[in-house]
Amino acid sequence: MTGPVTIRIQQDDFDVAREIAALTNGRTDIGAVVSFSGICRGDEDSAKISALKLEHYPGMAEEEIKRHVDEAISRWPLDGVTVIHRVGRITPGENIVLVVTASQHRQAAFQAAEFLMDYLKTSAPFWKKEESAAGTGWVEANTRDDQAAARWTRS
Amino acid sequence: MKVKYFAWVRERIGKAEETIEPPASVRTIEELIAWLSGRSEAYAYAFEKPKVIRAAIDHAHVKPNAAIAGAREIAFFPPMTGG
Repeated sequence: MTGPVTIRIQQDDFDVAREIAALTNGRTDIGAVVSFSGICRGDEDSAKISALKLEHYPGMAEEEIKRHVDEAISRWPLDGVTVIHRVGRITPGENIVLVVTASQHRQAAFQAAEFLMDYLKTSAPFWKKEESAAGTGWVEANTRDDQAAARWTRS
Repeated sequence: MKVKYFAWVRERIGKAEETIEPPASVRTIEELIAWLSGRSEAYAYAFEKPKVIRAAIDHAHVKPNAAIAGAREIAFFPPMTGG
């Protein structure tokens, strides 16, 4: 891979357009950029929530994301990857996570972005706690996310 | 060795990290969970469903039968819900 890898965990919001531009500016070899933004919903299983609190394992979170970015780079011809995950209190409508993948062709960019998101969901050490009128509660892991990640396993 | 706890494991135990010295007979992650569970009701509550608990040794995910010898930092946490 000839492009930059950026991994950030931060409290502050991010600017999707700026992050895409940072990957592509001044380059003529990139033909495809895919970006995925995860956004905080205002309801979870039809119950209204007022905010999410994101906790993470500092050190391991960055290393775990890096391991999966490295695997994505080994599996697809990528020319740049950016992963940003926010922590702290996030209210409905705000950004939570960003994955940007750049490649010469769209297929690699689409697949690598989906692979990275599936693994972020199931193996990056982050935990969400919901705040609502009823109080607070930890979000439970979803078996659909485990199945989504499992389809990338190589035999 | 240093032990860290996250999310509801941390809340149930009532602390984010501590230094522990388990006896030599405690050799694996699952044996460490059993040993910690015997320390107090708070630990027993945090580890009441040991199959649900995930563990990491030195920032890498490990299985319950992983050996803890030589570990600098062990972490226990619920299944992850990021992204």
